[in-house]
Amino acid sequence: MKDISEIRADFPILNRKVYGKPLVYFDNGATTQKPQCVLDSVNEVYESYNGNIHRGVHFLSDMSSEAYEAARERVRSFINADKKEEIIFTSGTTGSINGVAFSFGERYIGHGDEIILSTLEHHANIVPWQMMCERKGAVLRVIPVNDNGEIILEDYYKLLSSKTRLVSVSQASNALGTILPIKEIISAAHSANVPVLIDGAQGVQHGIVDIKEIDCDFYAFSGHKIYGPAGIGVLYGKEKWLTSLPPFQGGGDMVDKVTFEKTTYNELPFKFEAGTMNYPAAIGLARALEYVLSIGRENIELRENELLLYATEKLSSINGLIIFGKSDRKIPTISFHLKGIHPYDTGMTLDKMGIAIRTGTHCAQPVMDRFGIAGTVRASLCFYNTKEEIDILADGIEKVKKMFS
Amino acid sequence: MTINEVQNNIIDEFSQFEDWMDKYSLLIDIGKELPVIDPKFKVKDFLIEGCQSKVWLHPSYDGNLISFTADSDAIITRGIVALLIKVLSNRSPDEIIASDLYFIDKIGLRQNLSPTRSNGLLSMIRQMKLYALAFNAKNK
Repeated sequence: MKDISEIRADFPILNRKVYGKPLVYFDNGATTQKPQCVLDSVNEVYESYNGNIHRGVHFLSDMSSEAYEAARERVRSFINADKKEEIIFTSGTTGSINGVAFSFGERYIGHGDEIILSTLEHHANIVPWQMMCERKGAVLRVIPVNDNGEIILEDYYKLLSSKTRLVSVSQASNALGTILPIKEIISAAHSANVPVLIDGAQGVQHGIVDIKEIDCDFYAFSGHKIYGPAGIGVLYGKEKWLTSLPPFQGGGDMVDKVTFEKTTYNELPFKFEAGTMNYPAAIGLARALEYVLSIGRENIELRENELLLYATEKLSSINGLIIFGKSDRKIPTISFHLKGIHPYDTGMTLDKMGIAIRTGTHCAQPVMDRFGIAGTVRASLCFYNTKEEIDILADGIEKVKKMFS
Repeated sequence: MTINEVQNNIIDEFSQFEDWMDKYSLLIDIGKELPVIDPKFKVKDFLIEGCQSKVWLHPSYDGNLISFTADSDAIITRGIVALLIKVLSNRSPDEIIASDLYFIDKIGLRQNLSPTRSNGLLSMIRQMKLYALAFNAKNK
């Protein structure tokens, strides 16, 4: 494996200063930084072969269509899906979930049906279902969590019933870092004949995702959280579902034949890709996935676990610092509160020390309500972070404590 | 002092410091001088909610000048609120409506006013002007 200084050299932004201080970037849960190779690949599209995909008969259009379809194949192999046709490009995780919520709702949901989510969900995996439920007269059921921030499986098993039409849960909580037991969740749902969507926004970048092994029905993730460009995401869906679902958007390229009387739809995956897709970002995402593979996903997982352990130990030793989310299985995300100090004050002050963290409810208000807190400070790490940066954060927190108490 | 004279004084005060920690220390001290809102007004009607921090703002009008009391749950926000009150409290409605608040930008706190930051400050300024408009309308 490359050593850490070589890895950091791949990400030009990590070298910059903010307010005259070296940047310590601990907001990877919100978005990750990009390696030079990803920036180059997007640039290369525009510089040397930009043409609209699937439309032209000319050289450039052919070349970008080819690169776009190669990107789809790259995504397929990265998550080990069965077929290329099962990979739909979207605008991001939010776009993917909204799409499934709409199409699945149209096709399969009726009055009184139930969708199961967990308390740990990001708003992107709550609101689309709520909107669909309102339209269809369906009901959301929510898996509770314990004091460690882990979902309570026994309660989940009780929620599964003949009314359940779909289960949609995250692979890992963006607010607390908890890794959810998705295998257990999926196998229980499948024995009740219920399909499962996994929101992989906080999962795909932290280890190996093997769709064939986890056997979920839908899987959603964002490019920008796995070192790729913003504005591109992925929806994986099992072929049988994607074939039976209606499209979630209408437009060009997703059609077979259009008359004003009736339109027939194109085949998979194009049926779900209306209009001009963000093909340069898809090509950049493929490059990002190749970069991740070159570092090695086992290596990333090992290194991030080491950072998580170190940061948890270091931060726990700070007087008055309370960590929320104490599961044994976590992504390298630590959510905490400083006794008597508002998260906003902590965040604004750390920012001026060059430390980028996130404060507030992290778009997961139900999690905050569960723990009776108004918000937390969240440090979300990834493999390019260092123990020295964690030390800088710990020192910064001590300074914040001095200033505000 | 006019609104702009008060603003210029604030800019001078902050320009003494280069280091952000010193600026924040000053802001924390200024927050302590805030005319604190009567707890009975610390209710929903006077709450300006942001997703990061909360601000409570209460106006009173004696037929001539408007004065404000306020509070916030975050100390840095409270400091900025105190600055806004220094500038806009005990002013006529017309003065408040016509005011151009440039000091926030000049002392480097613009970041706190971005609409997405939603800490309630931008809404607070809007609310202060709305109160001034309402009191003005009542007068006429």
